[in-house]
Amino acid sequence: MSRLLVSTEDNVQQTVERLYKDLERHIVASPPGLCPVDLQLAFLKVCHAQTCGKCVPCRIGLQQLQEMLEDVLEGRADMATLDRIERTAQNIYDSADCAIGSEAARMLLTGFRGSKEDYIHHIKEGFCSVHAEHFIPCVGLCPAHVDIPGYIALVGAGRYEDAIRLIRKDNPFPTACALICEHPCEARCRRNMLDTSVNIRGLKKMAVDNAPANKVPVPEKAEKTGKKIAIIGGGPSGLSAAYYLQLMGHDTVVYEEKKQLGGMLRYGIPNYRFPRTRLQEDLDAILSTGIEVKLNTRIGDGPGEIPFEDIRKKYDAVYIAIGAHSDKKIGIEGEGSKGVISAVEMLKSIGDGIMPDFKGKRVVVVGGGNVAMDCARSAVRLGAASVTIAYRRRKEDMTCLPDEIEGAMAEGAELFELHAPKKIEADANGNVAAFWADPQIIGPIDAWGRALPMKADKDPVRIECDIIVVAIGQGIESKSFENAGIHIHKGAIKAIASGAVEDHEGVFAGGDCVTGPATVIKAIAAGKVAAANIDDYLGFDHAISCDVEIPAPHTGDKVPCGRVQLTEVPASERRDNFNPIENCMTEQEARQEAWRCLRCDCYGFSAVKGGRNFRW
Amino acid sequence: MVNIKINGKDISVAEGTTILEAAGQADIHIPHLCYLKGINEISACKVCVVEIEGQEKLVASCTTKVEEGQVILTDSPRVREVRRTNVQLILSEHDYRCATCIRSGNCSLQDMAHRLGISEIPYKARIKELPWNKDFPLIRDASKCIKCMRCVQICEKVQSLNIWDIQNTGAHTTVNTTGNTPIELSDCSLCAQCITHCPVGALHERGDLKKVYQALADPEKVTVVQIAPAVRAAWMEDMHIPENVDREGCFVAALKKLGFDYVLDTVFAADLTIMEEGNELLKRLPDIKEKKLPMFTSCCPGWVSFVKTQYPQLTSRLSTAKSPQQMQGAVIKTYFAEKIGKDPKDIISISVMPCVSKKREITLPDMGRDGYDDVDIVITTRELVRLVNAGEIDAAALDPMPFDSPVGSGTGAGVIFGATGGVMEAALRTAYAVVMGEEAPLDAFTAVRAKSDDYPDASANCGIVGDQFFGKRAEAEFKLKDTTVRTCTVSGLGTARELIEDILAGRAEYDFVEVMACPGGCVAGGGQPIHDGEERGLERSRILYKLDDERKIRRSHENPEIKTIYEEFFKNPLSEKSEELLHTKHGL
Repeated sequence: MSRLLVSTEDNVQQTVERLYKDLERHIVASPPGLCPVDLQLAFLKVCHAQTCGKCVPCRIGLQQLQEMLEDVLEGRADMATLDRIERTAQNIYDSADCAIGSEAARMLLTGFRGSKEDYIHHIKEGFCSVHAEHFIPCVGLCPAHVDIPGYIALVGAGRYEDAIRLIRKDNPFPTACALICEHPCEARCRRNMLDTSVNIRGLKKMAVDNAPANKVPVPEKAEKTGKKIAIIGGGPSGLSAAYYLQLMGHDTVVYEEKKQLGGMLRYGIPNYRFPRTRLQEDLDAILSTGIEVKLNTRIGDGPGEIPFEDIRKKYDAVYIAIGAHSDKKIGIEGEGSKGVISAVEMLKSIGDGIMPDFKGKRVVVVGGGNVAMDCARSAVRLGAASVTIAYRRRKEDMTCLPDEIEGAMAEGAELFELHAPKKIEADANGNVAAFWADPQIIGPIDAWGRALPMKADKDPVRIECDIIVVAIGQGIESKSFENAGIHIHKGAIKAIASGAVEDHEGVFAGGDCVTGPATVIKAIAAGKVAAANIDDYLGFDHAISCDVEIPAPHTGDKVPCGRVQLTEVPASERRDNFNPIENCMTEQEARQEAWRCLRCDCYGFSAVKGGRNFRW
Repeated sequence: MVNIKINGKDISVAEGTTILEAAGQADIHIPHLCYLKGINEISACKVCVVEIEGQEKLVASCTTKVEEGQVILTDSPRVREVRRTNVQLILSEHDYRCATCIRSGNCSLQDMAHRLGISEIPYKARIKELPWNKDFPLIRDASKCIKCMRCVQICEKVQSLNIWDIQNTGAHTTVNTTGNTPIELSDCSLCAQCITHCPVGALHERGDLKKVYQALADPEKVTVVQIAPAVRAAWMEDMHIPENVDREGCFVAALKKLGFDYVLDTVFAADLTIMEEGNELLKRLPDIKEKKLPMFTSCCPGWVSFVKTQYPQLTSRLSTAKSPQQMQGAVIKTYFAEKIGKDPKDIISISVMPCVSKKREITLPDMGRDGYDDVDIVITTRELVRLVNAGEIDAAALDPMPFDSPVGSGTGAGVIFGATGGVMEAALRTAYAVVMGEEAPLDAFTAVRAKSDDYPDASANCGIVGDQFFGKRAEAEFKLKDTTVRTCTVSGLGTARELIEDILAGRAEYDFVEVMACPGGCVAGGGQPIHDGEERGLERSRILYKLDDERKIRRSHENPEIKTIYEEFFKNPLSEKSEELLHTKHGL
């Protein structure tokens, strides 16, 4: 017998390791709308299988918990059982000294307390309170519920125009979403159970790149209703509402305070991510429905502005979608120095084609969201000598898409993670001289699962610079609406789930000005919801539908296959210009990627219920 | 066309054809369980799986469309193994004590297990029972449910009532009433299409044969049984009786042999209904024209229930005429009782109906009078078949007997009540005579029947519930002197809902509308014999139209027994006595 052995994984262990990976992927693809008790029971079983068996609470307690949960599911439990479940779990948590037992118990306690209503429903009603409504995962997670499997199949069949038509049933901005959507649809793609999610956004890009939106005619409009609706804000939410309301036969007038339409699509997202020419394709298609547009017109109570009350009186209904366009201050010393600009200001100027002069300048961007990345990457393109991103948490805590950080890094931006703004140093002329930051240590995790930064026992850091871009979030210019009596909550316009603004009949609101800065697809969805409910409010029942026939799913085996990623123009070629950076899939790639779609619209629960919505 | 090979046979089928259908076209049967054409194509049971050469996984043939060049095996060892295992898995959740099951001998699962040679279940039984109100005319036995979801789909897609829903998720998934509403409080119309499309015994009518046996055994009681028009079209189906047997005469003889004292034909009451409803229509026409709302027929209790729960504002638009069953019952306990010299309390009035909703109709508050009901017991056609079988009666060998008299016989007009459009046609035959003072030719009103192009071929069994009727309206206009009567006939509640929505929105306007809850009418009623995967409504309608053709008297008002009862008892249609016995306010 040797004194020491080099450990190697045996066959069984290797198999188990693979199963862990399988399980992880299954959990990623877990559909919403499952019975919480059933699911917690399943988790408990996994946790219990991890038990070494030494300690009483973990070995026996987790077993007893499982049995009590089974009693709940099988209708054998009473209210006393619930009390026993909670006490037993608490006991395990309190007395298990290793994480296997205590964390299993904690997980159960959290789940139990969070879904106690369902436990009680099982006991009192004899069945689960969750109604089986398994959406198609991607469609369910898309805020606008776009028919994703449908257009994937159409792209796979090379029917790009039909794909655009189908997307438009739920989203009039196919190009915008093809290029810059955060694609929540991909998060729980069932394909994860085999390998990884389908590149949904990439396939949509394939559609819009091959069938530009302005070349695909919009559907016919319904008969004129004679109703007039004012849309305040010409961004994605306002224009989505206007588009559908026009299709329903109403007349809409869009009031836009800026020089051009597009909202954050134009004034927040730089050209290299979403070229203006491509934005124009969506806008042209949307405007082809006959929307009336009034640019450079602000609704408010300032001089030269149109009072909200006048708008309300003049129109049968109003949709407020003003977005979130005001900047937020850090609140540190020296913030008023010359050379400190806000992200909103910078991107707005770029949006109107006025390029700030960053040539040879040292730029610090403060923030960790997508806007901060847009600023950093734009700064690189504007010829900055150096671009430094200062962020108070870690890289993995940044709220921007991981691809954005990578892109910025590749283009030469530097990341100072764990550096919180301390002060801004100005020279004698009041110009920015340096950015001071306090180094941080990552600390405890908050209730939302995010690790909090704390001041580290290190000396402050001085970063010499000429320009500081503050990209720490945006606010909503809601004051004049508040003055007009519209309810405001924490600066945002208050609207209920239907989009209606309470106590103001016929007034609806949605998008960033209601939710705070969010994603374009959420803004579009809000516009769609508002259109439906405004139509209802006006006493109509117009349906938006699409008669594109969707190809049948292929019958072949579902073989694991890698995901086609979109390629980008090399960093060296893209860092000095604002040209689009993302390449399209080839036809071969698109066919393969579309083929990976499991067509959850045709299989599984969708075959009975929760499948395709042909109209709304 | 797509060229494929199934079990070595080259076949060419239209694009879009499923493998199951393609195989069927080549006379290759693929066993299937949950599949219901056009209604439930969800590939849930995975019994219809087939192997496609070159593919690792099997596919469900019911939902998979053929692709060029496929080489398909429907009976390979792998397919057989998987199919058997899936049936065994289904059986592990199914109470297979078949001997006492109402569907034994007519159960798709039992048949499947038998054909696949399954003699043991290697799995532990996991049978879930759920409580149910056994007094309700429709019974659901959770322990037999195989979760094929057909009931959920029929109720939603064909009948638009959504009584059934899927409950729970995961292993606990089952079917129950929507929102767990107690069935008696739900909007269930009792059309019982869910029963006739259940592949197993999970759904069935409340059995009332025990009451019938008690009545027959009671020497103090006189038993009077009536038979609905549609029953004669279907009762012999599973009895191996030759087609040419007198389906009415043998029926009477069989019931007499079972010991019923009097056997009457509900067709008589159908004629009576026409006298009342036809005259009511003429009386209400000015109001109909003014309000632009039609009068609806009221003989189908499923439809009446639908109106009351879904469109209560239209209840007053229903004809006040009771259904033929209730009219026959009312006459039995009054006029007929007098004629046979019996106290109505000593009469047990039983009806044989193609319908489950009739079981509830007899208990409605405004039926019956003086403390006794018009009808005491309702049994379905299926229960009748069991009764005859239990009596060891070879109905075909019996000498046909006529219905008893009086109030026992009806005309051809009454016979066709069992088919969609029948009430309308019968009513028009009489209304014409009343208004014009002369008789219309007998084929004058056939336009109200489902249009001939909706009947592609008598024998063609399309196998889709209500496909010939779904969304279809038989519309016609008839000139009665200076008035034009615009009629519309629909069957199936989903179709009825569409029609009502159009009427309420002003998109459609009629004077007289006939609605039957079951697609195709009573012939396809929820109480009729069940043949899984077949829709026999059309076939059975043809039998009724043929009986009408063969009748000597084909107009309700020419029925001598009708003439007599008016002379002796009611005097005139819509008389005070008629209103009291033959009409209802529908609870208004």
